[in-house]
Amino acid sequence: MRVRFWGTRGSIPVALTTSDVRDRLAAALLKASGRSFASYEEAHAFASTELDFSLTHTFGGHTPCVELEPGSDEYFVCDMGSGARPFGAHILARQAGRPATVNVFMSHVHWDHIMGFPFFGPAYVPGTKIRIHGCHEVLEQAFRLQQSPPCFPVEFDQLAATIEFVKLEPDRPATVSGLTVTPHLQLHSGDSYGYRFEQGGKAVVYSTDSEHKLENRAEAEGFARFFRDADIVIFDAMYALADAISVKADWGHSSNIVGVELCQMAHAKHLVLFHHEPANDDATLEGLLKEARRFEELTRTDHALKVSAAYDGLEIDL
Amino acid sequence: MNVTLRRYGSAVVLCATGRLDQDSCEAFRAQLVKEVEAAADEGATVVLDLSALEYVSSAGLRAFMLASREAKSRQARIYVASLQPMVAEIFKISHFNLVFQVFATVPDALAAVSPQAAAAYGKG
Repeated sequence: MRVRFWGTRGSIPVALTTSDVRDRLAAALLKASGRSFASYEEAHAFASTELDFSLTHTFGGHTPCVELEPGSDEYFVCDMGSGARPFGAHILARQAGRPATVNVFMSHVHWDHIMGFPFFGPAYVPGTKIRIHGCHEVLEQAFRLQQSPPCFPVEFDQLAATIEFVKLEPDRPATVSGLTVTPHLQLHSGDSYGYRFEQGGKAVVYSTDSEHKLENRAEAEGFARFFRDADIVIFDAMYALADAISVKADWGHSSNIVGVELCQMAHAKHLVLFHHEPANDDATLEGLLKEARRFEELTRTDHALKVSAAYDGLEIDL
Repeated sequence: MNVTLRRYGSAVVLCATGRLDQDSCEAFRAQLVKEVEAAADEGATVVLDLSALEYVSSAGLRAFMLASREAKSRQARIYVASLQPMVAEIFKISHFNLVFQVFATVPDALAAVSPQAAAAYGKG
């Protein structure tokens, strides 16, 4: 199974500005002082191996949209944030005119998680089947509402694809085109749901827009069960811990530190920090990643947990 | 998790011993908030002596945060002192060093409270 991240930012899309690009270029030139490169490839190798991640990459970008590729002809995706636009372009290119079947799993219907759907190309292709799964009663209403006048020029009913809404029940496993999926209720305004996907002995957990109160043992143990032995846990790590439990308490999001703690409790293998705070620049996000990795080292007991930070374009193979 | 209390002039020094985690955080929070309330009523400052604190989890850090919030609402102060290297690093990693004024030693914290508190500590 492959996991591909099309959108990793929380709340609202973020783009690098002209000055961001210029600043990075200047910093990279400084780092290359005294060096000479005989070819583009040499310069590229230097950038790839010797410069900081936050100089050579950007965490992005688009709001949540994460594809699971379990080796099926159908498509599987969590959330329809603005990352759904490039995801849709990817489907259209790969399908080369053949209609696709897309299975969508919605954490919730806040705007940053549905905003990409009006720009999701396959929705405009006749013959495409889109099944939107979720636990919220308001799922269909939300998708229709954002494509109602005066918000958008194309109404939901004008979309060419066949679109079906499928209600899932929390903590009840369902099989969707060969993939076992179990939703789990999370603490967030209006509720959100995480999803545990399982196939062939591998497990991926998508758990975003979820606040945790780890002083509540039952809550912590419930999530440890949900994350149990997962190969990847994609985790809402929007804030540093001090912010998450002070000024931003009850905002419905979590921290890098709590992600490490829960994954350690669950014996998960790989924590992927996700739903990045839009106010954080790449250097700040790289700092939060380094802090999470150090916290994991400090508190490691019987098993090591790999910690990464998601960025638009990241692919992880299981 | 064990908590002992000493008074030095206008400072109340709370010494926390052991591990502050999910199992111990609620009792610790209740005791800490109670001491913060009492200290605030008499215009005293709470100094957390963490020299014997071996580990603090996010649930434990939340107890510190709630006590800090209580202190702020009562215009009182909490200082943190004498962190073991691991706990000091966890404070930094979780950005709690930006929430609390952290001192290298308890005498340093007491000197920041008042000369009387520092002198009282000096006398034992």
